[in-house]
Amino acid sequence: MKGWLHQQAGAIVRALRHLGRNPLGSLLTAIVIGIALALPAGGLLLLENANRVVGDVGEKPEISIFMNMPPDAAQSAEVERRLTDLPSLSSFRYVPREEALEQLAAGGLQDVVSDLATNPLPDAFVVTPAGNDPAAFDELAEQFRAWPGVHTVQLDSAWVERIHALIDLGRQAFTLLAAILAAALVVVTFNTIRLQLMTQRTEIEVSRLLGATDNFIRRPYLWTGMLQGLLGGLVAWLLVSAMINTLREPVANLATSYGASFALGQPSLAEVATLLGVAVALGFAGAALSVDRHLREAA
Amino acid sequence: MIAFDRVSLHYPGGQGGLTDVSFRLERGELAVLSGHSGAGKTSLLKLIAAIERPSAGTVTVGGEDVGALPRQAIPYLRRNIGLVLQEIRLLLDRSVFDNVLLPLTITGHPPADASRRVQAALERVGLGGRGGEMPLSLSGGEQQRVAIARAVVNRPSILVADEPTAHLDADYAGDIAALFRSFHAAGVTVLVATHDSSLFDDAAPRRLVMSHGQLAEVA
Repeated sequence: MKGWLHQQAGAIVRALRHLGRNPLGSLLTAIVIGIALALPAGGLLLLENANRVVGDVGEKPEISIFMNMPPDAAQSAEVERRLTDLPSLSSFRYVPREEALEQLAAGGLQDVVSDLATNPLPDAFVVTPAGNDPAAFDELAEQFRAWPGVHTVQLDSAWVERIHALIDLGRQAFTLLAAILAAALVVVTFNTIRLQLMTQRTEIEVSRLLGATDNFIRRPYLWTGMLQGLLGGLVAWLLVSAMINTLREPVANLATSYGASFALGQPSLAEVATLLGVAVALGFAGAALSVDRHLREAA
Repeated sequence: MIAFDRVSLHYPGGQGGLTDVSFRLERGELAVLSGHSGAGKTSLLKLIAAIERPSAGTVTVGGEDVGALPRQAIPYLRRNIGLVLQEIRLLLDRSVFDNVLLPLTITGHPPADASRRVQAALERVGLGGRGGEMPLSLSGGEQQRVAIARAVVNRPSILVADEPTAHLDADYAGDIAALFRSFHAAGVTVLVATHDSSLFDDAAPRRLVMSHGQLAEVA
């Protein structure tokens, strides 16, 4: 174990020497990797934030049942009885037309309400279904429409579902983009390591003649790839954090203008660890492909 | 220690190589390999270090059949052979000390012990105080000494050198030959390919004379 650690430490020193020989090139490569990682990482993070907002709103989908006009107490009572008997509901609330008018007035339309000669609003029921299966909500809405005395049924979660669908689409698009950019990063690392192998050809040949194993030769290049990936991951993290900081205030202002309170969240520790882990893994993959190809050709 | 049994080596295109070469060197022997340019001296040395594999016959080094060694085992064979190449091939971006340190880094020697060994090897070749210098600041003869120090720092049981005195003037060549004789005196098996075998006369070496890929004389 001590020998293994000693070998790895030696390889890391040699990898740092590789990076240090061309600091500007290493920095530029890290920035390229960072930008490429920041694009999908930032996009996915924004989508997660959007999902959080929609999730908060969409956790309690509601179905509004509006009764026929003129109001019929017997029909309202029948609907209430049927709702009581339904096992697939979390809760429901009867909103008499008088209460609906009062809510309308309290919502800033006092002037309009006072001008009305009669109350134009119907009796209504606000139903909260159990579960979270959108198909089941649709079935319930259809069932309510067939009941006597029901004029209109409105499924309030429909817009949430559409946004969820959009977010899913965005997530798939960013995942696809991430896969493409990951392949590009492997190619970038492959090429960087290939150039290093070419410039250090003499050192490799001499080392082989002195008894270096393939693993001894491979090790510092793998560490170079991983360190370059790590640097790229750190650059990506900085870029994503800067983006979130820049957008935080405008987004908060926008939320406030809608009477809501929302702040963009920075990536969590687990998300940062994942980002860095993916960056290191991509660097390792590019370096491994490059150095293995070189060793195969040399053999 | 080193045995060639009817060894042939054919390069693609039929250029150079060896034909039906047989000889045996015992542990601690000093042998001088001579012959005209293109006679096959370098090919013979490459076979010992498994840089080339024989087309026919058997090359045995330290009891190992070199031709049958799997690729992964070759580095471990080479760690027991000090190799001084015709081209000196020092790493020009490393100090003299770091060049000599390389074989010990490869074998994973502890740093403190490695430093002591490097210093001892440099002193042995007369460059004790020059470890911090860069190779290009040294003369050709001094660079060759660094290459010899690098070859022996791992304390190999076999030392193989390909024209180590080429391109050196007579004084430097004599010094280098004296170094090889001293390693032989210390019990190392030494095989030196050279145009000037007289440099080793006072050690009474075995003489292997190559001609057109064949061993023309063994004395």
